[in-house]
Amino acid sequence: MGLAKRIIPCLDVRDGRVVKGVQFVDIRDAGNPVEVASRYDEQGADEITFLDITASSDNRDTILHVVEEVASTVFIPLTVGGGIRVLDDVRRMLNAGADKVGINTAAVFNPEFVKEASDHFGSQAIVVSIDAKQVEWGDNPRWEIFTHGGRKGTGLDALEWAKKMADYGAGEILLTSMDRDGTRDGFDLALTQAVCNTVNVPVIASGGVGNLDHLVDGIIEGHADAVLAASIFHFGDYTVQQAKQRMQDAGIEVRITG
Amino acid sequence: MTSIIVVDFGMGNLRSVAKAFEHVAPKATVRISGDVSEIRSADRVVLPGQGAIGGYIKALHDTDLEPAVLEAARSKPFLGICLGQQVLYESSDEHGEDGDSVKTLGLFKGQVKHFTHVSSDPQAMLDPHTGHQYTIPHMGWNQVKQAIDHPMWDGIDDLARFYFVHSYCVQSELDEDVAGVTEYGVEFTSATARENIFAIQFHPEKSQHDGLKLLENFVNWNI
Repeated sequence: MGLAKRIIPCLDVRDGRVVKGVQFVDIRDAGNPVEVASRYDEQGADEITFLDITASSDNRDTILHVVEEVASTVFIPLTVGGGIRVLDDVRRMLNAGADKVGINTAAVFNPEFVKEASDHFGSQAIVVSIDAKQVEWGDNPRWEIFTHGGRKGTGLDALEWAKKMADYGAGEILLTSMDRDGTRDGFDLALTQAVCNTVNVPVIASGGVGNLDHLVDGIIEGHADAVLAASIFHFGDYTVQQAKQRMQDAGIEVRITG
Repeated sequence: MTSIIVVDFGMGNLRSVAKAFEHVAPKATVRISGDVSEIRSADRVVLPGQGAIGGYIKALHDTDLEPAVLEAARSKPFLGICLGQQVLYESSDEHGEDGDSVKTLGLFKGQVKHFTHVSSDPQAMLDPHTGHQYTIPHMGWNQVKQAIDHPMWDGIDDLARFYFVHSYCVQSELDEDVAGVTEYGVEFTSATARENIFAIQFHPEKSQHDGLKLLENFVNWNI
């Protein structure tokens, strides 16, 4: 009895449609975000995360309408990330019905923004997304922060960065392995465990889920508080319900619904 | 047709709470309002809130809504959510703007404490599976053990899971005020009840079916 580990389906949204690309190329259409979110809610998703990857500034408000519509029909926590750069972006997302916003690139270029946002809206509303790539192997592995979908290195050490972001008021860390994202090879468990050992805020493991055992590994071996996955749910390989069943069978405490 | 006011004094987004009420009670009038006369004339009053309690209590004072909120808490179905539960107790050890503990409304005996300050046993907040400290905030779906029968629990199973997100928790002094308890390393009062007041630490508006059921129960709750 106690706090359940969470399963969080992630929807990449571009121009108001759900898409899923493999390492950000070869983007495939995966449906209407409101319908997809409702389906996950019915299946027992613990939260839903939207990542807005809309490129054109003309369509920047599309995501706000999506969030508004989802928040009127789905009564579980919603997180929205992508293009959050200033306090007003945070305010607009929260007003549209998001419970948390994910800050990624803006945190890298202006760490103080995380402080300002958590002071203004509370840590519970601020998720810092960390995209990390392994840069050293062997006995002392090291990961660095990358931006621009994993293309640009920053030189920042991922563990130091995670600690700094938690100190600056991040209420949660969304940790994505850019080496694994889209590969379906499973989470980078060494990275996940290293970050979980470093910070005392909840960590969501992300990047690389290809089957249900990967979700179990993320919790048991990676020590994550929550696991995020996209493609295994979008294309109907597995339902959230099946994922929870597998986790429960592995001895993990989960919220079983219906 | 019942009227519900979600009290607004500029502390965060209340839209989710209002939307959830509209969803379960399409015939009710649901308004987000910081107007004293609207709060006075409403049939039911909801006090939501999140963020830091120091700013919260200051905003409640500064907007002159405190007397109207206290009056509602004496006289009609009253639902406190998250900080709206915590603020009903005597004080919080969350630092106020002057760095001291914050004196709160004091309708219930007890304190609001940081999770790491509840127990003097340093082992209490260690996760037995990983040996790490439990992460803070307490974020996610946890169980509520119902301590009493109450119309607000109608149709909700004992030990049902609700969505929590908080770093401070209520420690009630009197068992008779406790309607539900939850464990996260330490035990805390996740639901409080007395007469016309029901107050909860979790977010019913984000707790799917059971959360919506609780809000529906509030709409139908006759004292």
